[in-house]
Amino acid sequence: MSEKAPAMLSLDDVHAIYGKKIRALKGVSLEVRAGEVVALIGNNGAGKTTMMKIIAGLLKPEKGRVTFQGRDLAGLPPHRIMRMGLSLVPEGRRIFPRLSVMENLEMGAFCRSEKDLSREYDHVFHLFPVLGKRRCQLGGTLSGGEQQMLAMGRALMAAPKLLMLDEPSMGLAPVVVDKIFEIIGLINKEGVTVLLVEQNAKRALRAAARAYVLETGMVAVAQDAATLLKDPAVRKAYLGLD
Amino acid sequence: MKKLLGSRWALGAALAAAAAFPFLAQAVEQPYLVRVAGVIGLFMILGLGLNFTLGYAGLFDLGFISFYAIGAYTTAIAMRAHVPAPLAIVLAVAITLAMRALLGLTILRLRGDYLAVVTMGFGEIARLVINNLDSLTNGPKGMQVRPWRPLACISPDPNVQYYLLILAGVSLAVVASRRIESSRVGRAWVAIREDEVAARLSGIPVREYKLLAFTLSAAFAGLAGALFALWEQFVTPESFVFWESVLVVSIVVLGGMGSIAGVLLGALILVGLPPLMQWTLSAEWINYRYLFFGLILVLATLFRPQGLLPSARRESELSS
Repeated sequence: MSEKAPAMLSLDDVHAIYGKKIRALKGVSLEVRAGEVVALIGNNGAGKTTMMKIIAGLLKPEKGRVTFQGRDLAGLPPHRIMRMGLSLVPEGRRIFPRLSVMENLEMGAFCRSEKDLSREYDHVFHLFPVLGKRRCQLGGTLSGGEQQMLAMGRALMAAPKLLMLDEPSMGLAPVVVDKIFEIIGLINKEGVTVLLVEQNAKRALRAAARAYVLETGMVAVAQDAATLLKDPAVRKAYLGLD
Repeated sequence: MKKLLGSRWALGAALAAAAAFPFLAQAVEQPYLVRVAGVIGLFMILGLGLNFTLGYAGLFDLGFISFYAIGAYTTAIAMRAHVPAPLAIVLAVAITLAMRALLGLTILRLRGDYLAVVTMGFGEIARLVINNLDSLTNGPKGMQVRPWRPLACISPDPNVQYYLLILAGVSLAVVASRRIESSRVGRAWVAIREDEVAARLSGIPVREYKLLAFTLSAAFAGLAGALFALWEQFVTPESFVFWESVLVVSIVVLGGMGSIAGVLLGALILVGLPPLMQWTLSAEWINYRYLFFGLILVLATLFRPQGLLPSARRESELSS
């Protein structure tokens, strides 16, 4: 266990408020270490997506610190955070429907200064051969699973060190979910750290080394994924098993 | 039309025909048409300019004509200070760009209707400032502009000279629009229009790119304003009222937001229609031109909400 490895990403007592009253996060602290796959599970409204948005710079925390590789992310816009090597594949995929597959990928590399991106394209088409076949097709004409792959490919174009995925399995057929999780594993083997938000807790816990359970804006449990999978309370609340 | 414009040959032929037009009009003794065509050309440049803000970035701007005014007045003031005319044009473009960037920096945090209202307010403020800043602009009396006769070797008629200059301006605006549209920057604007959050997460500096589109618009307005001032040899605040801003917006919307060919057609119809009515019917008909504008816009909204010649991408955006 890499207990001593320094945290790549850490959240320290992060609070978030929507409007004036709705407290989405009430002091979340967590860590992701280099090379890990960490899962974040929890029910609807637990604050998972809010947390991802804060890390990516889309929302400002009300209080608390987010640090990535030792740098405080406070006040940085998303494109600056991305340039540091932190990419988010958003919930619902959000590919650009009227840009072609190639153009979608090109947008993902927007923060990079290199002119020649052929290696990045090759890498994405190697991971997702189906995208290679559809490179001139408009994003909106792809199937749900292909769109999820495109969204992941787009994020990989920035060559992230930490890839965050928000509900990658949402609305996809089980066989496609298998494929997506297989590729998440591949990406991790290539050295990319992964932070995974899922409602599909079973899948997430199988893919991850460690996991956090978020409940109503707070970290309820932080454990090894394997231990969590066996935890009776977690099995009952999140896996639908007794 | 789009395919036609897409091919180099057709483009060259259209350009040659447009360049031959004033000589043809003179041959059939309708020199008035050259003036009309020149004004249409100015509004084509303005429309292509606003197209950056409205068509590419999707930002509503109801005060665009103020930048035409800033271009025109900068030219008038520079000419008064005995700056050579070509330099005055460059100066007009530069100052208009700078003013637009300043405005954009302050107001681009607003969205949609709010942005429209604030730009409308800016348009009125700009006109009122010009109207009251007597020391610089000579107020409501307007400013004379020292005559400049370019292209005298081609034609002695200033209308023809300026028509040709404006045609060059339109061509420049078309080429610039096409280049930017098909570049990475142009695709980034599409991405921002499609999904701003996803664009931000893709690493596109959304604020900066909106500001870029908003600012670039002004280069065209500045150029058109400068040509207008030099051609008319006279500028007054009356030329830059709110209605003119609405006209430019209508040109872009009628033609098709984000579509270069559409904007050209929109200007041709909306600016060409009143003189055409005057010419074919009677002078009195000109009084009903707003009625016809209204009718055209209502019909267009009902039957062609995507514009007469929509860009392929925009068309699919509006149909879904």
